[in-house]
Amino acid sequence: MSTRAFSRREVLKFSAAGVAAGALGACASTPGSKGKVVVVGGGWGGATAAKYTRLWSDGAIDVTLIEPNRSFVSCPISNLVIGGSRTIEQLTTSYDGLRKHGVNVVHDTVTAIDADKKQVRLASGGSLSFDRAVVSPGIEFMYDQVKGMSAAATETIPHAWKAGPQTLLLRRQLEAMADGGVVVLSVPLAPYRCPPGPYERACQIAHYLKTRKPKSKLIVLDANPQVTSKGPLFTRVWKEDYADIVDYRANMAVAEVDVKGKRFTTSLGDNVTGDVLNLIPPQRAADIARDAGLITANNRWCEVDWLTMESVKVKNVHVLGDATLSAPLMPKSGHMANQHAKAAAAAIVEVMNGRPPVPPMMANTCYSFIDDKNAIHVASVHRWVAEKKTMEVVAGASGVSGPDRAQWAFEGQYAWGWAQTVWADMLA
Amino acid sequence: MNYTLLVAGAMVGLSASGVVDPAWAQADANAARYVAANCANCHGTTGVAKGAMHSLAGQSKERLAETTRAFRDGKRPATVMHQIAKGYTDQQIDAIAEHFSNQKAAR
Repeated sequence: MSTRAFSRREVLKFSAAGVAAGALGACASTPGSKGKVVVVGGGWGGATAAKYTRLWSDGAIDVTLIEPNRSFVSCPISNLVIGGSRTIEQLTTSYDGLRKHGVNVVHDTVTAIDADKKQVRLASGGSLSFDRAVVSPGIEFMYDQVKGMSAAATETIPHAWKAGPQTLLLRRQLEAMADGGVVVLSVPLAPYRCPPGPYERACQIAHYLKTRKPKSKLIVLDANPQVTSKGPLFTRVWKEDYADIVDYRANMAVAEVDVKGKRFTTSLGDNVTGDVLNLIPPQRAADIARDAGLITANNRWCEVDWLTMESVKVKNVHVLGDATLSAPLMPKSGHMANQHAKAAAAAIVEVMNGRPPVPPMMANTCYSFIDDKNAIHVASVHRWVAEKKTMEVVAGASGVSGPDRAQWAFEGQYAWGWAQTVWADMLA
Repeated sequence: MNYTLLVAGAMVGLSASGVVDPAWAQADANAARYVAANCANCHGTTGVAKGAMHSLAGQSKERLAETTRAFRDGKRPATVMHQIAKGYTDQQIDAIAEHFSNQKAAR
């Protein structure tokens, strides 16, 4: 008896549909038929996909990871650098761990993906061929949605939504601000990277102000009608811990920026000036995804077959992470991108061995620090639903932190343990 | 029919003729490692976690499965695991437990 869910007939149907016919039997006893995978982008999705493709193919699949940055800097936990309780060095990991798994790590930028020729072109001039490409490109900011905003303007009004120099710039601006100053944080309309992230940032800025510059204020201009994630918890924290500091305003989309005058103008015409402005711009899948024809939804996001993470449009190209059009109730989180990557790696290993992909399960846990020690979470488990061809949250398998604040101290410890563990899961 | 395949390594597939099909055996073993990778974000690639997170590697299969079921059924207090554990079937929990029981504990 087998407890497997799909029948032999379905598997054969699968083979006929795409997997090489006959390969099911022929390759079954020799795990790891050779193949070449090129991974575009070494973030949460890409790094994980590179490692797990090597791991699960027992090194039989060649993997090249192309990433311009010399080391990985984590977006999750980077709000704590802004708040002052962590350093950017603590969030930075080398790519050497991937090299130990046999991943060929190339520090370059992919300028084009040619799915017909099965090649990626590199900024340095060369090209690489692949059997399958995994594209984990992250996000691009849509500056044109906010009048007066531009990449250059982020030197004055940081987004700090990609960890690194921008994170440190916002931190320095807060440090330089006089006590009694005003910080203004603009949150874009969902969907955007890291649903609870802006509200964690509000907590981190408020914690810094409360402990170091208590006469200061933080105004949160949220384009959304309410707090997007963990709403009741964040609202409670602002009331109980930061009542004199945080001024939260819903339905306030920033439509225009005066960079010199440090002023935001909302779509309703309200003007809000501040000493430090932090604008998180609206987002879409990164340029390389657009140029490769992977963006299929609203000119912003890439639709995928959740069974394999393969693009619905471009064959042999898998898309991961924030760039994807999310399945229902699936957040654009680093944790989720790691789970996308494992689903893609599993599908690639199975298919390259002539077997059908295994229907994926994915779990998510997003911790948010409300100060330097305490954290709250949102968690969910998602399963592949064949009839609907998507991932859905398993009934009952989701939730947020309980109301007991004593638990939030434990969660703060778990959150830091999570960060260290998941960075190792990606990169060590 | 549901898609919760997840089979412990011993439960190899049988073809219609009753002969063990090596493709099925491989699929079953692989399915276990894929669902166990759901846990690796917090508990480590091989079940060896960092910081305050709990390691799973090398614990007995029975203990891991019982603990997970106790979280699921609300019999053991948790911050997160009572929510996560509800996402998996008994078969999946057994497969995950077996997978991590076979990993080497950190010393």
